[in-house]
Amino acid sequence: MNNDSNAQSSKASLLYDPVARSIFFQCLTVAIVAWLVYAGVNNAITNLEKANVASGFGFLTDRAGFDISQSLIEYTNDSSYLRAFYVGLTNTLLVSALGIFFATIIGFSVGIGRLSKNYLVRKICMIYVETLRNIPLLLQLLFWYKAVLGVLPNVRDAMQVGDIFLSNRGLAIPKFIPEAGASAILWAVIIGVIAAVIVGKWAKRRQMATGQQFPTIMVGFALIVGLPLLALVVTGFPFTIENPKLGGFNFNGGSVVLPEFVALLLGLSLYTASFIAEIVRSGILAVSKGQTEAAYALGVRPNITMRKVIVPQAMRVVIPPLTSQYLNLTKNSSLAVAIGYPDLVAVFSGTVLNQTGQAVEVVLMTMLVYLAISLITSTFMNWFNSRVSLVER
Amino acid sequence: MAQDRNHSLAYVRTEMVQEQPAPINAKGPVAWLRQNLFATIPDTLFTIFALLLLVYIIPPMFRFLIADAIWTGDNREACIVPGAGACWAFVDAKFAQFMYGRYPFEERWRVDLTGILLVAGVIPLAMPSVPYKKWNAIFVLIIFPILAFILLTGKLGLEPVQTSLWGGLLVTLVVAIVGIVVSFPFGIFLALGRRSNMPIIKMLSIIFIEFWRGVPLITVLFMSSVMLPFFLPDGVSFDKLLRALVGVTLFASAYMAEVIRGGLQAIPKGQYEAGDAMALTFWQSTRLIILPQALTLVIPGIVNTFIGLFKDTTLVLIIGIFDLLGIVQLNFTDANWASSKTPATGLIFAAIIYFIFCFGMSRYSMYMERRLDTGHKS
Repeated sequence: MNNDSNAQSSKASLLYDPVARSIFFQCLTVAIVAWLVYAGVNNAITNLEKANVASGFGFLTDRAGFDISQSLIEYTNDSSYLRAFYVGLTNTLLVSALGIFFATIIGFSVGIGRLSKNYLVRKICMIYVETLRNIPLLLQLLFWYKAVLGVLPNVRDAMQVGDIFLSNRGLAIPKFIPEAGASAILWAVIIGVIAAVIVGKWAKRRQMATGQQFPTIMVGFALIVGLPLLALVVTGFPFTIENPKLGGFNFNGGSVVLPEFVALLLGLSLYTASFIAEIVRSGILAVSKGQTEAAYALGVRPNITMRKVIVPQAMRVVIPPLTSQYLNLTKNSSLAVAIGYPDLVAVFSGTVLNQTGQAVEVVLMTMLVYLAISLITSTFMNWFNSRVSLVER
Repeated sequence: MAQDRNHSLAYVRTEMVQEQPAPINAKGPVAWLRQNLFATIPDTLFTIFALLLLVYIIPPMFRFLIADAIWTGDNREACIVPGAGACWAFVDAKFAQFMYGRYPFEERWRVDLTGILLVAGVIPLAMPSVPYKKWNAIFVLIIFPILAFILLTGKLGLEPVQTSLWGGLLVTLVVAIVGIVVSFPFGIFLALGRRSNMPIIKMLSIIFIEFWRGVPLITVLFMSSVMLPFFLPDGVSFDKLLRALVGVTLFASAYMAEVIRGGLQAIPKGQYEAGDAMALTFWQSTRLIILPQALTLVIPGIVNTFIGLFKDTTLVLIIGIFDLLGIVQLNFTDANWASSKTPATGLIFAAIIYFIFCFGMSRYSMYMERRLDTGHKS
C-alpha cells in the first residue's frame, strides 16, 4: 500500500469502509441484545412482583418438607432445599457414571461385533444398533419401566433367590453395614490400585529397555482384588448383614434398588451403546488396512494386532464423538423425570419448583449445572484428545 | 528335463484329468457356513451362543406379537384372557386418536390435506433427479408452512381449532417440522456469525450455540413453559404448544448451526478468494458461492439433526402436550382398556411408527452421503 491509495481510501465514504461497517454492526447487535435483556429483566421484575413470588436464592435454606426415594447423602424431609438439590445432583451423577460405564462396554462389544467375520454375530449387532437408535429414548425408558419392570409381581409375591427379592418395588438385597475396621478394606483397595499402576509403569519401562514382557494384567488384577480380600480376612469380615424382610406393603431393612433406577440405567446404557457402537465401527474402519497387513507381516497375532495396532489408532477418531455421546447420556439422564427417578431435574425443576414457584432461579440453576458438566467434560476431553492425537511433523 | 515327459513313467499321467467340481468345503453352502459361522473354535462358540440367543428371543416375541395376540375386541375383556399376547385391539380402537389427538372429527380432512401437501412437497425435493429444486424448496419452506398454518388452526373462514385439541402424530410432526424449518435460517446466521471476523458477533454466536448445546432439552422445555412467561410484557401470552415450539427451535438452531458450520469449513479457501476476486460483497459471495456448496454438503447432517429432533419431540409430553407417545401413554389409564398387556402393546406400536420414520430418514441420509461422496477423500 502506498500513500496514494491510503489517502484515497480515507476519502471514500464511511459507508463502504469495512472497519466502520464492522464496528457499526457490532454496536447494533450489542444494542439489540442489551435491549432484549433489559426488557426481559424489567418484565420479569414486574411480573414477579405482581404474582407475589419471592425472588432471590433465599429459599435454598428453607425446609424442603418432602421425601426423596433414593439418596446417596443423608436427607430427610427436614433438610433444606439446597440439600435436596445436592441429592438430585448426586443421583444424576450416579446414574450417568454407571450408564457411561455400561454403555461403553456394550457399545465397544457391539461395534467390534458389527465387523466380525461371523455372519450371525454381525447381523445381530446390526439389528441391535438399527433398532435401538431409531426409537426415541423416552419411549424405551417407558417401555422398560411400564412394560417390563411394571409387570413384575407385587411385594407379597416377590420372586426370591436366597435373601434377594425382586418385585415391582425394586430389587431388595442384603445391606452390608460396616463395623469398626471396615476402613482397612477401603485402604486396601486404594493401595491395590496404586500398586497396580506402579507395577504397570515399571513393566512397561522394563519392556521398552529389555524387551521382556511381564504379566501386568494378571498381577494388577491380583493386587486390586487380592489385597482387599486379604484385608477382609485379616480384619475378620467387619460387616453385619441386614437382610430385607417383608413388612406391610414394602421391604424393611436391606438396600433396595429402585425399579426407576434400573429402568433408567437400562434405557440409557442400551440406547447410548447403539451410538457408541457406530462410532467404534467407523473408528476401526478409519484405520487403513495396511496397518493390519503390516502387523500380520511381522507375525503379530490377530488379537494383539487389534489391541496394540488398530485400537490405539482408532481411538484418535473415536474419542471426540465418544465424548459427545457421554455428554448426551448425562443430559439424557434428565428424562428420569418421566419415570419418577429422583434426579436433578425431577427433584429440583419438578418438586422444588412446584413448591416454591421460583421458576427463574430453579430453572437457571438446573441449566447451569448441566452447562458446567458439559464444559468441564469437554475441556478435559479436549486436553486428553490433544495428548493422543497424531503429532504431525 | 523336457525329454523326461516322453518317457512312459508309471506315475506320470499321459492324458488330462477330467475337470472336477470344487471341493465341498471350498464352494457352495457348506463353504459359506465354514467361512462365516464355523471358521475357528471361538467362532463356532459365538455362533452357538448367537443361535441360543435367537432361540431364546424370537419364538416368545413371535408368540407375543402375532400368534397369541388379540386382534379384535371392544374393550379390555378381550385382552385380559390368560395367556394373551399383545392387545392389538387396543391400538385398533384408539388408532384415530393416536393420529389426530382430539382434533374434531368433521375437521380431520384438513389434517389429511396438510399431510398430502407435505408429502407432495417433500418427495420431489428429496429426489435428486427432479428439476425445479428452487421452486420446490420455496414451496416447502415458505408456502407450505403458511398453508398448513391456515388449514390446521382454521383461518380464512375455516372452523378454528384450538391447539390444545391437537395431538398424536399430528403434534409430533408439527413440532419436528416447525423446529427444523425455523431453525434452518437461524442456524445459517449463527454458523456465519461463529465464523465472522467481528469479535463481538463471533462471541455472542459461540455463547448462544454452546449454551443450548450444553443443556438438556427437557430443561429448555421447562424454561420455555414456566420461565418464559415471566419475561414477556404484561398481557402477552403464548399458547402452550407455541411455547414448546420456541424451546425446540432455540435448541435445534444451535445444533443446526454446528452442522452448517461443518459445511462452511469444508469449502476450500479458494472459493472465498474467487468470490473476492469477482468483487462480490460478503453477502453476494455467501449467497451465490459459499452457501449453495456448503448446504449441499451438509444434507446428510441436516437429515441426521432432523432424526434427532424427531425423536426428541417425545419430550414435550413431560410439559403436558400430547404427542404420539404422550397420547399412547395417556390411554394406558383408560379404564376400558387397562390390562397388563396394554402398556407394552401401545409402546411397541409407537416404537414401530417412530422406527419407520427414523429408519427411512437415516437410509435417505446414507444414500445422499454416498451420492455426495465425490471420491476426493482418500
